[in-house]
Amino acid sequence: MIVTLLDIIIAGLLLGGLYALIAMGLSLQYGVARVLNISHGEFIMLGGLTTWTLHTVFGINPLVCLAICGPLAFALGYVIHRTLFRRLLTSSASPGAFESNSMLASFGLLFIIQNLASIAWGPEIRGYSYLAVPVNLAGALFGANRLVTLGFAIAIGLAFYLFVARTRLGKAIRAAAQDPTTAGLMGVNINNVLALCFGFGAAMAGIAGMLISMCYPVNVTMGLEYTIIAIIVVVLGGLGSIPGSFIGGFILGLIGSIVSFVDPGLSLAAYYLIFILLLVVRPTGIMGK
Amino acid sequence: MPILEGEGVTKHFGGLTAVSRVDFHVDQGEVVGLIGPNGAGKTTLFNLISGALVPKDGAIAFKGQGITGLKPHRICRMGLARTFQSVKVFPNIPVFENVLLGSLFGTSTGMSSADASGEAEKALEFVELSAVSPILAKDLTLANQKRVEVASALATKPELLLLDELMAGLNATEVAEAMELVGRIHAQGITIFMIEHVMKAIMGVCDRIMVLHHGEKIAEGTPQEIATSKTVIEVYLGE
Amino acid sequence: MNTITLGLKKWWIPGLLLVILVLLASLRFYVSTYTVILATAILMYIILTESWVLFSGPTGYISLAPAAFFGVGIYTAAILGMHLPLPVVVVIGGLASSCLALLVGALTLRLRGIYFAIFTFGLVEFMKHLLLWYEIKFTGTRGRFVVLVDNNTIYYMMLAILVVLLLTTYLIRRSKYGLALRSIGEDEEAAAHTGVNVTAVKVITFAISASFMGAAGAIIATRWTYVDPYIAFDPLFSFMPVLMAIFGGMGQFYGPILGAAAFAYLEEVLITKFPYYYMLLFGVILLITILYLPNGLVGLIQRLQKGGWGRRHANT
Repeated sequence: MIVTLLDIIIAGLLLGGLYALIAMGLSLQYGVARVLNISHGEFIMLGGLTTWTLHTVFGINPLVCLAICGPLAFALGYVIHRTLFRRLLTSSASPGAFESNSMLASFGLLFIIQNLASIAWGPEIRGYSYLAVPVNLAGALFGANRLVTLGFAIAIGLAFYLFVARTRLGKAIRAAAQDPTTAGLMGVNINNVLALCFGFGAAMAGIAGMLISMCYPVNVTMGLEYTIIAIIVVVLGGLGSIPGSFIGGFILGLIGSIVSFVDPGLSLAAYYLIFILLLVVRPTGIMGK
Repeated sequence: MPILEGEGVTKHFGGLTAVSRVDFHVDQGEVVGLIGPNGAGKTTLFNLISGALVPKDGAIAFKGQGITGLKPHRICRMGLARTFQSVKVFPNIPVFENVLLGSLFGTSTGMSSADASGEAEKALEFVELSAVSPILAKDLTLANQKRVEVASALATKPELLLLDELMAGLNATEVAEAMELVGRIHAQGITIFMIEHVMKAIMGVCDRIMVLHHGEKIAEGTPQEIATSKTVIEVYLGE
Repeated sequence: MNTITLGLKKWWIPGLLLVILVLLASLRFYVSTYTVILATAILMYIILTESWVLFSGPTGYISLAPAAFFGVGIYTAAILGMHLPLPVVVVIGGLASSCLALLVGALTLRLRGIYFAIFTFGLVEFMKHLLLWYEIKFTGTRGRFVVLVDNNTIYYMMLAILVVLLLTTYLIRRSKYGLALRSIGEDEEAAAHTGVNVTAVKVITFAISASFMGAAGAIIATRWTYVDPYIAFDPLFSFMPVLMAIFGGMGQFYGPILGAAAFAYLEEVLITKFPYYYMLLFGVILLITILYLPNGLVGLIQRLQKGGWGRRHANT
């Protein structure tokens, strides 16, 4: 009984680490660039499928793919922001209009990316086996790949947190999140910062995709579910709070693990119930203003 | 007899206390002024009265009935209307329809479309804007937009009208015209509670004045008393 | 002077509409079965788009849930189609969808618009998972066969729903609630202070728009004959109405119709040969429209009119 509980908790942390990573990425994009990027999951999918291709076709070690997927996703996100969302920013009549327009644009992006991927990879489900060696942790068995995933998720999360808290660029990001206009007046190259944040968010998604591909099968339609999970975590943590997304990710991961133990098919439904509860009781989330 | 009463009304925004334990009352038929430096909490108080915000503490009553926590449309239908500091009209809707909304939805008893149209016309005539009925609200001057807002409020047939800086942004002529409008509204029997920075206006037209500073009420009295009060002069009495 | 009523400035419009209606009603007598089926699909998309515009147009609240309501209608037909006459099934489908919409609306429409958008976005996937779980757990099936109905009946039912929808849209727009909806879109706080019960107006309108989506779903399910949660709750049916509305333009009645007809036809033409490419194209068109044609075709036409006929249509 105790072993089972530990099973669930650790599985929850594993899942939570992943959720925290993807949620932080989305939170960065929404909190700073004010774009609710509902194509976020598609970047995850791209990361996963790219890793699959690099590993199975070119024999590259998936962990090395980290260094490929991350920057690639970053570049993609950065470019998309500089071209698409920047243009929307200037043409939108108000912040509210920009919020709607950018969300709709990301809806368009969702279909573009997903269909490009379908053309490139086809609809089949892909998977590979890497580090699927069982590791004994406090009496329960876990795949080494999942532990590595958790490790990376936490490491990246912490690294990013430190980056935002300690570095000059991080300060600029925080300023931009609080008040873009004033930050601009203070000499922050606001357009660059917004695009950078969007890129970082995309990079986190790409890396998450790579980590997911190590543990689970991937296919072109996997993105939507992750986007929704990321959204729920962001709301749970508080819209615009990156630390909130980090914590919220682990909370949701634990809940997901518990629900999966009872009935695996119900996890998304359970998450949505949490979403509903949040909207009724505390829409601002755990750390929201 | 107070048409509007508030007791211990308090509101915080995060760490900032915007309104702190304010007691106030407005008697039927009065014109009461609300002044204070920027950031004193005047508009917040109005927001708490009109239902745009919910007070953390305290209670507000209108015509003897508690209205704390009621939604704005309910309060409006009870007979309490307001205008906003940053003028709120519906920009892409013609002036007539702006006012029509008030008579269609804001009165205490419903009205047929025909009656509502008639009321809207009357309200527009009252503020002397009948000529611009079909113009989109966004195409009017600021002074006229404010009049549209007033007409819209009047169309809801209020007993109490909250005016938030009606004179802000107006030149001297427009201020005089606005004062005249306020006088005519009062002559209709409507009680008025107004926030203003333009001292001439408020001293001239108010029966009583309340002064807020840092969210607290620091003085209350007739214009004469307020003009000579040391506390108020210390804190604020710009021209 | 009173320009709230957006119609009947031109006397010949009712006559024209009647002619179009008669032509559409008698379609089967002069075109092939294939065209009737195509026309049904176009009508379905027009219904989805116009009902989306009914709520999201004036209020500015972007709903990404059409697929969810559509799916509820589809599943209603799948479950009840064998047991009840089709018109009843369609009505129940509409009612079920509007109930879901009432719930969603009550939950999210008292909060900021972003919550509404993201909740409706996830709703489709949520419904899919829920039904999948339910079907596997309790009924043991994955998919269901829907009752067979002949193509002409399907066509007429779709046409009937569209007519009711257009009538409803027209009546709402002309009524005080149409004005209320627009005021909510312009300035919700001001609307509330003018006496409009903004939450109630939003929720009810949302529910009404959802009911038509559900009705359309119930009808089209009989055409598809086999449905499962993946088929019924497909995000495509949230994407298409949005694309069609934005491309067509929401400023006038005919905008969504133009958009729906154009893309429905394009989809029909491209789907067999270029299954992923056409979706890609649509996504790109959506982006281009948002960037460069924010008021859609209608906006473009209006701008051309102003430029061409100038004074006749310009405001003072």
